[in-house]
Amino acid sequence: MFPIPPAFMPGAVQAESEGGFEAPSLADFFPPPFAFEGSNFFELNRLSLVRIIATVALVVVLWMGTKALRVVPGRGGNLFEMAVGFVHNSIAADVLGPQAARRYLPLLATIFFTVLGMNITGIVPLLNVASTSLVAMPALLAIVSFIAFVWAGIQTHGAKGYFSSALFPKGPPTFIYVILTPIEFLSTFILRPVTLTIRLMANMISGHFLLVAFFSMTNYLLIEATGVMKGVSVLSFGAALAFTAFEIFIAALQAYIFTLLTTVYISLARESH
Amino acid sequence: MITASGTPEGIGLFIPPLYEVILSLLCLAVIAFVVVTKVVPTYLKVLDERTEKIEGGLRRAAEAESQIAAERARAAAQIADATARAARARDEAREDAAAIVAEARRTASVEAERILGAAQAQIAADTKAAELALRADVGALATQLAERIVGETLKDSAVASRVVDRFLDELAAAEVPTGGGKV
Repeated sequence: MFPIPPAFMPGAVQAESEGGFEAPSLADFFPPPFAFEGSNFFELNRLSLVRIIATVALVVVLWMGTKALRVVPGRGGNLFEMAVGFVHNSIAADVLGPQAARRYLPLLATIFFTVLGMNITGIVPLLNVASTSLVAMPALLAIVSFIAFVWAGIQTHGAKGYFSSALFPKGPPTFIYVILTPIEFLSTFILRPVTLTIRLMANMISGHFLLVAFFSMTNYLLIEATGVMKGVSVLSFGAALAFTAFEIFIAALQAYIFTLLTTVYISLARESH
Repeated sequence: MITASGTPEGIGLFIPPLYEVILSLLCLAVIAFVVVTKVVPTYLKVLDERTEKIEGGLRRAAEAESQIAAERARAAAQIADATARAARARDEAREDAAAIVAEARRTASVEAERILGAAQAQIAADTKAAELALRADVGALATQLAERIVGETLKDSAVASRVVDRFLDELAAAEVPTGGGKV
């Protein structure tokens, strides 16, 4: 086995603590850089590398999937079409209707596949971390989503029409606006992108913690524990496997939720009057 | 907000370093480029093509069906026409055959009567001729015989009997044909 530089090890910061139970910590997400250290623009650490690998893999999958798309598809084409079709039919068309679904499909498919691709690295062996557990990627996607729904509202109702309908919904007596408008502003223009970001990020962080906790516990129990406790490692390993499967589900679910919420926000912006 | 080990705390968790933002933006741009320029257009194109193919197929099927129906109706009409014509032809042929048979029968009976008449007339004529010839021969013979008898008797009765014998011999030898002989 060739030595792996500590910068590439999961939980590299605790690497010096020589065996024992390694409790997962936030430090897992901030490994030391291994290239361009100190550069504000190009510093690379383990998570950057994971993100790049995820991007390359995703592009390859998308490229090959697109190549396989046929009017009468084969096995691979069918599978890929099901994935894109899921975003198209189950998310976009259901919420926006068939016409707008076609228009917003590029945006929604980009969000869906990006979130899914970045999430899934959390359970890929050797990568073992989702790059969406750092704030940059979820925040960026949330900003894209934010721009998309504001733009959709402006396109449908004009800038004045959209913002007045979003901040001053018709109906209540005038003095209510004193409290209604700040709430509407906060919920629509602040909390939507913030919750999108935190929901995704926190899910990925907690998923990583769960997996690290159970695998680390298995490692500790199997190697350092004695007697019956050694046997418990079987249980913790089983739990680790179960949570790995669960994390696959969560990765897809978060991609679905992120895309669905973006679609709903766009739909609300288009419909608001 | 960033501890000595480089791990941010509190709100620092939510403030990404610039290189993170840049890399994320880069990755998102690459993925977006592929999805927007390649995946979605191809997907929609394939979808539209399939819809077009299915709709075209259904339309063609309907056209073919109506064509088949028309074709079938025409064939049925043709069959009915042919059947009627055949029936008519059969009837005509039957009538013709009956007429021909009747004609042939009439012609045959006329011919038969004619032949019969001709034969009867011939027979009658032959009979008459035979009668006449016979009568003449018998007369001549009788006269001859009488002449001889009368001539010879006068000389000798013995001669007379010889004459008679000779006459009879001659008669036998001559075997006079009907209508023929000396007149």
